[in-house]
Amino acid sequence: MKKLVNDPRRFVAESLAGFGAAHGDIVRVNETPAYVVRRALVAGKVGILSGGGSGHEPLHAGFVGLGMLDAAVPGEIFTSPTPDPVLEATRVVDQGTGVLYLVKNYTGDILNFETAAEFAQAEGILVRTVVVDDDVAVQNSEFTAGRRGVAGTVLIEKIVGAAAERGDDLEELAGLAARLVASVRSMGVAIAPPTVPHSGMRSFELNDDEVEFGIGIHGERGRARTAMAPADELADAVLDAVLDDLPRPAGARVIALVNGMGATPVAELYVIYRRVAERLGEIGVEIARSLVGSYVTSLDMAGFSVTLLTVDDELLRLWDAPVRTAMLRWGG
Amino acid sequence: MSLDATWVVAWMTAAAAAIADQAPTLNDLDRAIGDGDHGENMNRGFTAVRDAVRELPDGAQPAEVLRASAMKLISSVGGAAGPLYGTALLRASDAVAGLSEVDSAHVLALLEAALGGIEDRGHAAPGDKTMVDAWSVAVDAARSAVAEGRTSAEILDAAADGAESGAETTDAMLPHKGRASYLGERAVGHRDPGAVSTAIILLAAAEAAK
Repeated sequence: MKKLVNDPRRFVAESLAGFGAAHGDIVRVNETPAYVVRRALVAGKVGILSGGGSGHEPLHAGFVGLGMLDAAVPGEIFTSPTPDPVLEATRVVDQGTGVLYLVKNYTGDILNFETAAEFAQAEGILVRTVVVDDDVAVQNSEFTAGRRGVAGTVLIEKIVGAAAERGDDLEELAGLAARLVASVRSMGVAIAPPTVPHSGMRSFELNDDEVEFGIGIHGERGRARTAMAPADELADAVLDAVLDDLPRPAGARVIALVNGMGATPVAELYVIYRRVAERLGEIGVEIARSLVGSYVTSLDMAGFSVTLLTVDDELLRLWDAPVRTAMLRWGG
Repeated sequence: MSLDATWVVAWMTAAAAAIADQAPTLNDLDRAIGDGDHGENMNRGFTAVRDAVRELPDGAQPAEVLRASAMKLISSVGGAAGPLYGTALLRASDAVAGLSEVDSAHVLALLEAALGGIEDRGHAAPGDKTMVDAWSVAVDAARSAVAEGRTSAEILDAAADGAESGAETTDAMLPHKGRASYLGERAVGHRDPGAVSTAIILLAAAEAAK
């Protein structure tokens, strides 16, 4: 397996160093412990902090900047960061008005961010945590660690970041984030597994005629292994699962995200988006805004996910508000 | 017999050696129902703990050794195990705060506090196929031993045996927490790696008291 790697143990650090060098106008990368902070912190603004295992780039560091995150804390590949870098990043971004943690629902992430939050609170820093769990692939979530946090995270980071920028306080932001979590659903399909740099091994095996349906973002298993099919059939299956679960008031409008898993050409993502738009049109769901690209990835896994977020005018205003990060920028 | 800070140092040192020895086994158990790095993560953490407790000043109290160990585990293990074991030792430290020697009643208090910390942090209950299944049987066994008027060393022996048998019971369980929970029935027949590392750590506590 060919990989652009020097020393696998230095992979995350070297990638972060390159990210910092490329986007030094927007972010500052701290090497030890590893975290990424917005270069221009805003006095008095609530800090928005996210993080989690590496391998999902551009999530989260690619979304640090004006109108989105103040800090991102990356762990090793597919491994949560420990509490100390989270705590240090928290201290750096806190402006006295508190810090909101946006955490994807994985046990390791929850426990490490929760521990960091307790340490921060013991130092007098206000911290609130909102857990993102948008993955409808996980069924019987009462008997498991629950639904996973996947691509919907990027939509939540954008909207909550915009609300923080306009001056919302910590409680308002936590409330907004919780409302967004309740309104967003995602589902993904893998057509080829990722390869983890330090092991050089594929996370799972998949034959040419198979897809893993309902995949997570760490190479963990999906809902079912099914037959490879034309793009429209795969898009329909994923979209149906999302629509089945998405709370949609009559006349609902949505933000639609077709997300690439890391090794899928943009042209293929647009083939999927074309079908998603066609289907939503048929059932009268208006796509108010769209996003197509690889935003929440799983190294070089091939495949896609579809995320729908139900929105109103206020959420659309926040979506349209200026954003200036490495990977998402508009307005202003 | 009472146990002082040298017992805690010996406990952590013995745990580090045993974890290093059994890291491949823990990795194998984790590969079956998790992501295969429990032994590697625990070995990294306990190696850091072993080095940290060596550096503590003479006259440090048991609570201080436990607290220093907890902070090392939290900052170096990662995954779910770091905060779980770290919280366990932090609570254990609180349970013996201010004492220069730990008597049999406080050995039990220390173990109960550790279990309480793990339950609060991980929200797991007995039967969920986690380290709680080893800890809870260990604490029950320690409680019985205290009621029978046993010595601290005997209480720790009982706890270590309890943890071992508690870990064995996880084989038949369906997982309800952590990444293993997504496997459902496919995880039955596999032993929980966290329950096994708990048994290793509590055996080290008993050995260090001898």
